[in-house]
Amino acid sequence: MSTVYNLKKEAEKPPRLTGGHRLCAGCGAGIVVAGVLRALNPEDRAVVVNATSCLEVSTFMYPYTAYMDSYIHSAFENSAATCSGVEAAYNALKRRGKVDGTVKFITFAGDGGTYDIGFQSLSGAMERGHDMVYICYDNEAYMNTGIQRSSSTPRHTRTTTSPVGVVQPGKKQNKKDLTDILVAHNIPYVAQTAPVGKFRDLHTKSHKAIYTEGPCFLNVLAPCPRGWDYPMAKLAEITQLAVDTCVWPLFEVEEGVWRLSYEPKKKLPVVDFLRTQGRFRHMFQKGNDWMIEEAQAFVDRKWERLLVRTEA
Amino acid sequence: MSSRLSGNEAVAYAMKQINPDVFGAFPITPSTDIPEYFAGFAANGEVNTEFVTVESEHSSMSVCIAAQAAGARAISATSSCGLALMYELLYVAASCRLPITLACVNRALSGPININADHSDSMGARDSGWIQIYAENNQEAYDNFIQAMPIGETTSVRLPVMSCMDGFITSHAVENIELLETETVRKFIGEYNPEHYLLKKENPLAVGPYDVSPYYMEHKVQEAEAMKAAKARILEVAAAFEKISGRRYGLFEEYRMEDAELAIVLIGSTAGTAKAAVDRLREHGVKAGLVKIRVFRPFPGEELARALSRTRAVAVMDKSEGFSANGGPVFAETRSALYDLKERPYLINIVYGLGGRDVKVEDIEKVFARLADIATTGATGPLYVHMGHRSKEETV
Ligand SMILES: Cc1ncc(C[n+]2csc(CCOP(=O)(O)OP(=O)(O)O)c2C)c(N)n1
Ligand code: SF4
Ligand SMILES: [Mg+2]
Repeated sequence: MSTVYNLKKEAEKPPRLTGGHRLCAGCGAGIVVAGVLRALNPEDRAVVVNATSCLEVSTFMYPYTAYMDSYIHSAFENSAATCSGVEAAYNALKRRGKVDGTVKFITFAGDGGTYDIGFQSLSGAMERGHDMVYICYDNEAYMNTGIQRSSSTPRHTRTTTSPVGVVQPGKKQNKKDLTDILVAHNIPYVAQTAPVGKFRDLHTKSHKAIYTEGPCFLNVLAPCPRGWDYPMAKLAEITQLAVDTCVWPLFEVEEGVWRLSYEPKKKLPVVDFLRTQGRFRHMFQKGNDWMIEEAQAFVDRKWERLLVRTEA
Repeated sequence: MSSRLSGNEAVAYAMKQINPDVFGAFPITPSTDIPEYFAGFAANGEVNTEFVTVESEHSSMSVCIAAQAAGARAISATSSCGLALMYELLYVAASCRLPITLACVNRALSGPININADHSDSMGARDSGWIQIYAENNQEAYDNFIQAMPIGETTSVRLPVMSCMDGFITSHAVENIELLETETVRKFIGEYNPEHYLLKKENPLAVGPYDVSPYYMEHKVQEAEAMKAAKARILEVAAAFEKISGRRYGLFEEYRMEDAELAIVLIGSTAGTAKAAVDRLREHGVKAGLVKIRVFRPFPGEELARALSRTRAVAVMDKSEGFSANGGPVFAETRSALYDLKERPYLINIVYGLGGRDVKVEDIEKVFARLADIATTGATGPLYVHMGHRSKEETV
């Protein structure tokens, strides 16, 4: 990889996720996938694996695939095992002289397919040490089935299965720390990123994950205008706010060494992020200040811990 | 080459001779020996397979699906709950037209949990699009496994194959067995060179689409056609196998059926017991016979109807309870197959051997006694009964 990142030059590469897919306009998932695949060296081939999700039903609807590379979707909960199967086949066939050239194995799954139903499959594949990358595009709910809560959905969020009612203020539980759990797998590379700014962070981490030998994991924030309830033009602004409020910190853990990738010059209050999305609207109703306070306290607690861990 | 092996050992030995590209492995009684033996072969460099020790059967089947789609030959072994955990993926494997080979060592399904043989596991998967071939003994388990790949991988079929044997009775009992030379086996199954696969450099492939209504049905019809085509292929492969082994296989085995008036239809290891009963009865002049179904999917309906057309009374014995309140799955298929006969034999269903409940020669003789009764009186009595249980009085 050239050491100097230049978005314009990157964008000139032929896309490996082509246009014409059926994701909603302004969907964060498509941007994440295109961004990750751009980090592949142009001469390398890849097999893309996908869990059932918005991404899957929108990018490979028979008979059209949006991918330039080979692609396999099998089910919702098994994308990591699926990727490990392709990688195992590659190793076997390579050993027997039946394939040549470099092939990379990249899995994309939503938060539902990762934090929840695909969690076991992911944990198993990471532990086994396959040479693969697993990317969770986290939009914090089951979007494909109509915005149901997942264990990634933040506390108090309104979803269709954690509605805001008279006795229940949205989701009751806090968001699971999936990235931390992946760090606990002692794999070579784990990182959290988001499509912010000129995508430098996303690009660099994707490249590192793809070209580090062994299992690597990226958790990527992928805002969803429909599920989060915001005008689609606000994608970049909201993603930046997630990072600047430390709701979604950018960091990486390489061979067990924690490193902060970005420290906001001025850490913004969480309320700046919450205010932009309809899914948090009820938190601004009279008497619900405590929800905002709790959200802030949760983010602060995690941020402080991250600062300690990433201290050089 | 003669040897003495358990059923599991025999199948593991066939796997070693095949030396597949990928093995997705997870333990469950009574199939556990198979991945254990294979792990030994891999550890000693006797095979150079990617032996993927996954965290569940859900993942072992997922690994097989992906590996086969990628262009590799993938295998696995499982039983009971393990097969049930694969359920969703069995359909994925078949609909993606991936000729994976799975050794299914039949065991009762939970609950209550039970580790002994019956067919409730594979019978539950009978409509998943997998070819199902059942063995009576160790020799057949070995032979069937070797025939699986040439059947499943052929272009007109391209379906996964489940090669089944009875847990413990077959998987753990040691028997004399004739093994083929490894060279012969390799030549028989050949190289796996699919036309399209994920790792093909010249032409990327996309597998497992979201399939909308304007296409889904066409794909299912193709799958159904492939299953129909499998019948001829199974016989073709059996004929080729006979040439290298001297052992003859068909869709089912007819035992003393030429002039049989009373017949039993069943699957698996109980055939051995039933053959002994038939022999004893024949000595007493009873025209008894047995049809042992080898291939349950595709179901040999027409052929079976022909084989039973001259009988007067037939008992279909199911080693699984279908909870249809109308008899077990083998009964349902057989009864339907006989519908087109001008003159049909009387037909009853006996569910037996659940969770490893033993069946003796005398039990089978009792079934024939009831058939003899039905043939003379024309009164079938209860259509569907459970044999050998204590909870309720039932004839046979
Ligand atoms: C076993 C199984 N359970 C449920 C579903 C239904 N389903 C398909 S996609 C999906 C939600 C996907 O959520 P996520 O992984 O977060 O991806 P998103 O659609 O949000 O991008 C669900 C529940 C399924 N396909 N398979
Ligand atoms: S619902 Fe959300 S995640 Fe799904 S395609 Fe639309 S924007 Fe993307
Ligand atoms: Mg989601």
